Amino acid sequence: MKKPPVISRAINRGLAPFRGAPAQELVPQARLAGPMPWVIAIMVVLTVVATAAGLALTNLAGGARAELAGGATVQIIEAEPKERNRQAEAALDVLVEFPEVEGLRRVPPEEVAALLEPWLGTGFNGEAVPIPALIDLRFRGDATPDKLRRLRAALSDVAPDARIDAQSSWLRPVFSAIASLQWLALALVVLLSLTSAAAVFLAARSALGNNRETIEIVHLLGGTDQQIARVFQRSVGFDASLGAAAGLLLGMVAVLVLGQQFAQLDSGMVANGGLGWLDWLAVAMVPLAAVALAMATARLTVLFALRKML
Amino acid sequence: MANGDGEVVGFDNVGLRYGTGKEVLSDVSFTLFPGSFYFLTGASGAGKTSLLKLLYLSQRPSRGQIRMFGTDVITLPRARLPGFRRRLGVVFQDFRLVPHLSAYDNVALPLRVAGVPEADLERPVTDMLDWVGLSHRSDARPATLSGGEQQRVAIARAVIGRPDMLLADEPTGNVDPEMAVKLLRLFEALNRLGTTVVVATHDLHLLKKVPASMIMRLDKGRLSDPTGVLRYPPKPQADRRTGDDRAEDLQE
Ligand SMILES: Nc1ncnc2c1ncn2[C@@H]1O[C@H](COP(=O)(O)OP(=O)(O)OP(=O)(O)O)[C@@H](O)[C@H]1O
Ligand SMILES: [Mg+2]
Repeated sequence: MKKPPVISRAINRGLAPFRGAPAQELVPQARLAGPMPWVIAIMVVLTVVATAAGLALTNLAGGARAELAGGATVQIIEAEPKERNRQAEAALDVLVEFPEVEGLRRVPPEEVAALLEPWLGTGFNGEAVPIPALIDLRFRGDATPDKLRRLRAALSDVAPDARIDAQSSWLRPVFSAIASLQWLALALVVLLSLTSAAAVFLAARSALGNNRETIEIVHLLGGTDQQIARVFQRSVGFDASLGAAAGLLLGMVAVLVLGQQFAQLDSGMVANGGLGWLDWLAVAMVPLAAVALAMATARLTVLFALRKML
Repeated sequence: MANGDGEVVGFDNVGLRYGTGKEVLSDVSFTLFPGSFYFLTGASGAGKTSLLKLLYLSQRPSRGQIRMFGTDVITLPRARLPGFRRRLGVVFQDFRLVPHLSAYDNVALPLRVAGVPEADLERPVTDMLDWVGLSHRSDARPATLSGGEQQRVAIARAVIGRPDMLLADEPTGNVDPEMAVKLLRLFEALNRLGTTVVVATHDLHLLKKVPASMIMRLDKGRLSDPTGVLRYPPKPQADRRTGDDRAEDLQE
């Protein structure tokens, strides 16, 4: 009878890492077969859109606030045109003297008429419906109540009919609406992140569920926990990366298309609603976080399963 | 009592129960000597697989002491067990082949886990598949192999790393008698190279084929000695009767 093959003793029994293609093959190679990449792709799209929306809103609110915070409007509400004009000129003279005032402009009556046109129609004249004189002014820094009070005191002598309002005060409802939207976007981002995390966690676990037997066999053949965890972590990381890349791409397209749509609204406010490079960086973190989460889940799931074996 | 010198394995009053059930192994004490060949027999359900599970470190006993390669493996930290498992070759009763790996990759698995470079493992793996008569099926997945073929892959995987101890659970249950003899030759060859071999089987004909072997018989979870000649621990030189005689004793 032929002699059985004699296995050389030169077998390395060290706990060398189990690497490369053979290690990869321990996990079935049917990439994208499971639900995980798709779950991750969808969650990344949603989270990317919500994050971008939240950041755009933040920028929008911040921009509008900066623009309006330093502004105030002086109205002179006086029916008699001559007196109104006199008070307006006197007010201008006083305001110019104030060091906090950076810019000052009497809004021409035609502009005021144009502003009021939607409410009053075109045919009116200044005699029938008295329109107030308007002065736009811009402070150095914010329009604080203190500055406004001092202006008011100074104006009360020369222009008793003047009323000063910070622009931010009549835009307050807009600000609070934007603030609510910001909170909403933040809440959405948080909720979506949590659901994504849960979905990624479950998907990574189910991807490993089918491999329990393999994990056990390699364990019994002397594979270390670290060796086995690394193999599965890599494989899940690969699948998750594919899903996350697809999700990021789709999400960015959605954000850009939405951005274009809003830009066409041509309202001055949206001009500041774009995303800066820091914002894009934050958006790009979303898929990275998803991949990291999937890999951490895979690792912990494998380690946990192994801990239950001797 | 043996304290690790000249023994591969020592069991002292080992008991095993699964969960809260009754003990499936009780008061099991024996010593396995280096380079010896043991058959573990006993009726179905007697506890052969359970005893092997303790040996291949997949179960902890519920009581008693187990030493392996001179170390108390019960108190050993978990992290050190892989090093011990790599010194063992195991043929599982249910084979436990990795389902999506080819026969070749299944046989190569222990070597890869142990970090053998690809270049060094191709020859041994091919030779081994050749010996178990499966070189033509080396690309086949386990599911497409017959029971006997799967068993041979499992055996090839167990012996490929030339383990210090081979534990085979019913390794010839699914193959024809001729192949059974051939597989035994493989175990004997390994045994001659110094590997301690333990083969669990209820096929008494197999015992005759390895005259130098020793027999451990489990009866309802206890080691028994029906011949009255073998005592536990069996000593390699104690008894020079042939396997044939002992097998006949067992059948009486
Ligand atoms: N995982 C388990 N949980 C609970 N009981 C078990 C478990 N494995 C085995 N048993 C019980 O332990 C006893 C011994 O089983 P074991 O598998 O060791 O027998 P065996 O001698 O290998 O039998 P066979 O020759 O049929 O393979 C049996 O009564 C069995 O029901
Ligand atoms: Mg059994």
